[in-house]
Amino acid sequence: MAKEFIMGNEAIALGAMAAGVKVVAGYPGTPSTEVLETIAKRNDGSIYVEWSVNEKAGLEVAAGAAYAGARSLVTMKQVGLNVASDPLMCLEYIGIKGGMVVMVADDPGPISSQTEQDTRTQAFFSKLPLFDPSTVQEAYEMMIEAFDFSEKYGTPVFFRSTTRVCHGYASIDVKEPSEYHKYEVEGFVKDSSKWVIFPRLSLQNHKKIVERNIQLSDIFSEYERNFIISENDKNCRKGIATHSISYCYAMENLDESNMLRTFRVATPHPFPEKKALEFLEGLDEVLCIEELDPVIEKELIFICGKYNLKTKILGKMSGNIKVAGENTVESVGEAINVFLGKESEKATENDAPALPVRPPVLCAGCPHRASFYAVKEAMKGKKTLYCGDIGCYTLGNAKPLDMVDTCLCMGAGINIAQGIGHLEPDTSCFAFVGDSTFFASGITGVINAFYNQSNMTLIVLDNSTTAMTGHQPHPGTGKTMMGEIVSKVSIENVLRAIGLETVVTVDPLKLGEAISTVKEVSSKSGVKAIIFKSPCVAIIKPTGKNIIDSEKCTNCKSCIKKLGCPAIVLKDGKVAIDETLCTGCGICGEVCPFGAIGGGEGNE
Amino acid sequence: MSKNIILCGVGGQGTVLASKLLSAASMAKGLPVKSAETIGMAQRGGSVTSHIRIGDGAYSPLIPMGKADVIIAFEPAEAVRMLPYLKESGAVIVNSRPVMPVTAALGGSDYNGKEMTDYLAEKIDNLTVIDTDKACEELGSSKVINVLLLGAAISKCDIGLSKEDIRNAIGRIVPEKFHALNFRALDYIG
Repeated sequence: MAKEFIMGNEAIALGAMAAGVKVVAGYPGTPSTEVLETIAKRNDGSIYVEWSVNEKAGLEVAAGAAYAGARSLVTMKQVGLNVASDPLMCLEYIGIKGGMVVMVADDPGPISSQTEQDTRTQAFFSKLPLFDPSTVQEAYEMMIEAFDFSEKYGTPVFFRSTTRVCHGYASIDVKEPSEYHKYEVEGFVKDSSKWVIFPRLSLQNHKKIVERNIQLSDIFSEYERNFIISENDKNCRKGIATHSISYCYAMENLDESNMLRTFRVATPHPFPEKKALEFLEGLDEVLCIEELDPVIEKELIFICGKYNLKTKILGKMSGNIKVAGENTVESVGEAINVFLGKESEKATENDAPALPVRPPVLCAGCPHRASFYAVKEAMKGKKTLYCGDIGCYTLGNAKPLDMVDTCLCMGAGINIAQGIGHLEPDTSCFAFVGDSTFFASGITGVINAFYNQSNMTLIVLDNSTTAMTGHQPHPGTGKTMMGEIVSKVSIENVLRAIGLETVVTVDPLKLGEAISTVKEVSSKSGVKAIIFKSPCVAIIKPTGKNIIDSEKCTNCKSCIKKLGCPAIVLKDGKVAIDETLCTGCGICGEVCPFGAIGGGEGNE
Repeated sequence: MSKNIILCGVGGQGTVLASKLLSAASMAKGLPVKSAETIGMAQRGGSVTSHIRIGDGAYSPLIPMGKADVIIAFEPAEAVRMLPYLKESGAVIVNSRPVMPVTAALGGSDYNGKEMTDYLAEKIDNLTVIDTDKACEELGSSKVINVLLLGAAISKCDIGLSKEDIRNAIGRIVPEKFHALNFRALDYIG
């Protein structure tokens, strides 16, 4: 055993390694990304690790490895699970040989996601067992247990965590590599009656899954992670049922003086029914403290109905816990006070001065700013539609650019532009998609638009990385997570192979050329594409700094109003460049009507 | 012993290293540590916060409101933003240098740091305001605000760790060529 101070996601990664994981795949997404990155970093070469093109591909890679008897892991964020749902729903009917864990990070808040969906609910839908840890230490230990359960019962299992567990740090005990689980991989054994999904097999296996989950409910009732605190206090008439980080928030509010019987649920599916009955015995009222869906609450109401118990179950559905957003120590404390009929401390009046708002913006020197500005400038005065997508470039919606009219999910912008364009033939429709998003789920959209005779301009914002999630490689970068240098997949070649006649690659930082390219390409009919190629500023060395010629500058603020670059600031009412932020991209020099902004080196 | 420390500032100011040093120093003393940081979209030019909980008895990685022993603020408005977390009689160490929001140039912000430090002076008894511009000029580097503020926190209030503890952590975490500079920053506020 060793002590390490690590992030929840690192603990999850080390847990998988201790369990003997041999194949790891995933697609980056906050707050899940660090799991796969940690395994890649600590890999001694014996584990195959890949960033897959999307979550569906990743899940299929992991399934194949598990078919062959290896322990495998696939990682994703909650919306990524939507992409992986097709193989996952079917995989449950087929089962696996080696232990397989589907690690999904949920994002209550949501802090950096489109939805507040709950993977626990997906566990009921897909029939997979699910593990839901509360702390970093538990995340480590439960990951090892999840692999054991998976292998023992021949089913993939969910390991679900939330932002505060994934991104919380703690000093925890971890195994030494010599203590890791070791085994031989048998390899894939052909058996078409087992591995080929047909309706007859699905019917058979459906029955088995239902029976297994009834059995697992009993086994989970004995699982030590589903525990009850203060169980023996028979005078206790009120109890709390909780899970994940909300358990920690509840414990912050409970001490010896006001300890309630508390049921911590680590496996909401299959729900540990017998343990729940133990917990409910003699209780008049239960407060369910959960984030996202009222999963425990519904299960307890179901159990009360089934066993004709009079216990009143409170939670989200009774208005005792907020239905959306994150819980906090304070919100949970308030809910417990109301539950116990206690007065809450009154919040002190906030008399603080107005605080500056610091919204997220595109970085200084970000090539996306130039790309958006080029399109905006080229299409001035025309009726336009700008469909955005998922990535840093969603921030192009902020003023003054204001260049994102829609954003839905990975790759959706292309076909949304197609749909709107179908009804508005006089609108110039644009879809902006990043390079990683293009590979993940843009290509089928382009084929759909092209084949169905759509009229639109595709803009690929190619910054040679997956920037938003911390610069992961993708098929266009020519690097893999195993450290190999490989052939790059060319976006331009892909588009040409689909059949697009007009595909132009241009550097957005050469603003004049970029604007004229947009004018020319967008005037053509059919589906045509511009690839704005310029690397993310966070991965390259700045070329220099720009400077303002104070004699030429009239303080018209045109640069500020057009670009909204964080490096252009007002100092004592005068336009100035913040040298600590400027990367010398030079586009402010190109928009200045008085030629007052000159390049540092590299922009001459 | 248990201590709750909040570090706050604006993305890029070096709060993460300060948080790492505190955690490493605590680990070295055999104390359990929990912490939480803001990660993701909020980091790009946004407010950043680290919660550090040293010692036994903490369940949540996030410090409950009104339970922080000390707030170490790299920016005056961020100190005010985090004030609800400070316990009664808690201490605040604050850098007086304001960081303008990146959108300030577009209008709609008349933020100034003085208003914030005045407010803090009115509310907080145990307040230390540090002009880091001046300090960094004397130290010869603008990259040591984090260690400078940590040193000040140790001198001005009890965070359960000594300068020696932090010095050892610097020795382990920071590249050797920056050791001398960081040690000077640590001792700048005696």
